Amino acid sequence: MELNKISVVVLSDKREQLQMAAMIASVGAVSGNEVLVFLSMNALRYFVKGADEKAPCEGPVGELMEQKNVPPFKILFEQAVTLGDAKIHPCSMAMDVLGIEQGGLEGYIGEPMGLTMFLDECKGGQVWSF
Amino acid sequence: MSEKKIIDARGSFCPGPLMELIAGIKMVEIGDEIEVLSTDKGSAAEIPQWLKKVGHEHLGSREEAGVWHVNLKRSK
Repeated sequence: MELNKISVVVLSDKREQLQMAAMIASVGAVSGNEVLVFLSMNALRYFVKGADEKAPCEGPVGELMEQKNVPPFKILFEQAVTLGDAKIHPCSMAMDVLGIEQGGLEGYIGEPMGLTMFLDECKGGQVWSF
Repeated sequence: MSEKKIIDARGSFCPGPLMELIAGIKMVEIGDEIEVLSTDKGSAAEIPQWLKKVGHEHLGSREEAGVWHVNLKRSK
């Protein structure tokens, strides 16, 4: 089986963007790829421990996803880690700006990562941005 | 080999049935068979592709009254 490196940069606070990012991360990870997720900007607040804020929809598909039994994006990100060994890291800058302390994020999220390390880690692989 | 395991993912949308299968496949022994039930057409197509990619055996799929039955064997 060919092993690829897939990096997913997640910035948006919109439901559709978060859902697609989570789908690529989870399916990529359980298909034997090395998956790295980098959470920053407006996406990060959803991953604060216990956060239950609903992500706003961009359009009708997001609204339909709300009504149907589509797996929530946070569950998919967690499954990417638990079932597929994905690594999810928050952006250290966004952590500082939002005043989030170490340990303030959901348990499946790793240590804060800076851009120097992220750019090094994603070298030579696919990079997806949402 | 134990009795075939049924994973009932009816009502769940992509990639829910696939993720339920992946959680379930870890619970069975190599050589055991699994049948995934899904009402999501996309997942019915996606699961055999995943099986091929990761190296499990796709035993066949059929659709009955809007429910796809995807049969497979854990191979490794």
